Amino acid sequence: MVPILEIQSLNKSFGGLHVTANVSFSVMPGELSAIIGPNGAGKTTLFNQITGHLRSDSGRIRFNNQDILGISPQKIVALGVGRAFQIASIFPDETVLDNVRIACLSKRGETGKYLRAVDAFTEATDDARAILESLGLSDQTQRLAFELAHGDQKLLDIGIALALRPNLLLLDEPTAGMSPEERLHTKELILKLWKEFNLALIFIEHDMDMVFGIAQTVRVLQQGALLAEGNPEQIRANKEVITAYLGEDF
Amino acid sequence: MTNNAARRINATALWGIVLLIFALVPVFTTSAYKINVASHILVWGLFAVSFNMLWGITGMLSFGQALYYGLGAYSVGLMVEHMGSGWFLPAIALGLVMAIALSFLLGLLVIRVGGVYFTMLTLAFAQLAWQITFKWYDFTGGDDGIQGIIPPGILENRAAYYYFVLVLVFLSIWMLKRMAYSPFGMILRCVQQNPDRVRFLGRRVRRNQLRVYVVSSFFAALAGGLMAGVDSSIHTDMFFWTTSGEAILMSVLGGINQFFGPFIGAAVFILIEDSIGARTEFWPLIIGSIMLIMVILFPKGIVGEVLRLKARFGKNDARR
Repeated sequence: MVPILEIQSLNKSFGGLHVTANVSFSVMPGELSAIIGPNGAGKTTLFNQITGHLRSDSGRIRFNNQDILGISPQKIVALGVGRAFQIASIFPDETVLDNVRIACLSKRGETGKYLRAVDAFTEATDDARAILESLGLSDQTQRLAFELAHGDQKLLDIGIALALRPNLLLLDEPTAGMSPEERLHTKELILKLWKEFNLALIFIEHDMDMVFGIAQTVRVLQQGALLAEGNPEQIRANKEVITAYLGEDF
Repeated sequence: MTNNAARRINATALWGIVLLIFALVPVFTTSAYKINVASHILVWGLFAVSFNMLWGITGMLSFGQALYYGLGAYSVGLMVEHMGSGWFLPAIALGLVMAIALSFLLGLLVIRVGGVYFTMLTLAFAQLAWQITFKWYDFTGGDDGIQGIIPPGILENRAAYYYFVLVLVFLSIWMLKRMAYSPFGMILRCVQQNPDRVRFLGRRVRRNQLRVYVVSSFFAALAGGLMAGVDSSIHTDMFFWTTSGEAILMSVLGGINQFFGPFIGAAVFILIEDSIGARTEFWPLIIGSIMLIMVILFPKGIVGEVLRLKARFGKNDARR
């Protein structure tokens, strides 16, 4: 099988700081994987490089057998890479429905329509409602996005990403700032969405219950470099990972 | 769904009532002055609403929409002056075409900078046009402006020209309203709220900013062109920063977050100017005080505050 995402010898420095140091790995279609590592290990930077928000210094990124290094974020999205952010990136003054609907409209290439009311686009609207249903936000569709609870805003962010029907979805700390209860819920929800939307999913997390609970593959970053890669059991037993990140008592 | 249908009927009824009120003005008064005031409300209303597509909806505060307003007006004034009144309507069309071309070219430049730099750059270009018009006496009439711009044929009749303005303004505002609630308008609001996320929907922020800049400038030029016939004259002030500034004041007064805010703001502004200006030459002082009170106590503007009250006392959600 051909990997959906192939990263080869990727580098990025800010001044003298090597934030991505010769990172290489491949992600298979339909894979559910996690990236872990201490703060400042370069996890979010790596996401930014994949999605074209940051220019890489050297290396190669291939998505669906196509080089995407140096391509604009807009084009990378169009190719099928979706992303939700560490701090929910939503449209605060729009309704929950419209937040997802605008993404559905964009996916369908209907945002260039000038004179038709948004409500008249029934397919995009139905699509948005279905996604909100999957996220469990159906009862809040008419609320303004900024009124939502923190956890729900993060789900809405994921909803916007899903509406673009990505083949690869990147989630940056989906449970950051959530209560233990919300975390449990989010963990199950992400597993459900991964199956339902049939996509490759990579998430950055600090919640080890979630990482070792649902990820098929775990990659550990430390000081910009890939320290270890393997299934949860292998990572859990890895001496280097234990000293660098997990700690002896894990 | 029934709620939606009811809202649609309400909206249609409101459009009908407002249209009827404006349509009846020449029936109830033969005073040329009152028809003139009503025309001013319509034309300034269109100018302010088109301006607010930039500011309230997309978050781009242009301080230079007078450039296009003046362009529309001078296109009509100069052609009628130099080529005859038969060129009145083609001149309006020419002004619109020039506004599209100029706003596209300038837009490529000014949208590259954001925030206050965009505001200052738009101001600079409008002031440049004002200077040229002011100094180029032989062609533009300098600060004398041009008088005696009479529309041709049946439009020479005051009431006929008034209805001509009424129809064009209503059609334009109707189109802008459709635009504001279309997917395009939604992208514009998203551009204001979270441009980074818009990029991540696969949409280009600057391209959409350029589009709305051209749209806004087009309707500003239409307002200017119509005004040349309303007052039968043009003057360099139409390019001056105060003209851009008045559109901003009207929008703030009515409420920039509601589509019709700027139109209501324009109406109130002009009625105050008209009623107080008749008694004292210090009417700008009154407008200034009202603006101060509005900004400090009622930042949502007239329409915004009314909707807030309606939402508080009515059970219906008055968000949109």
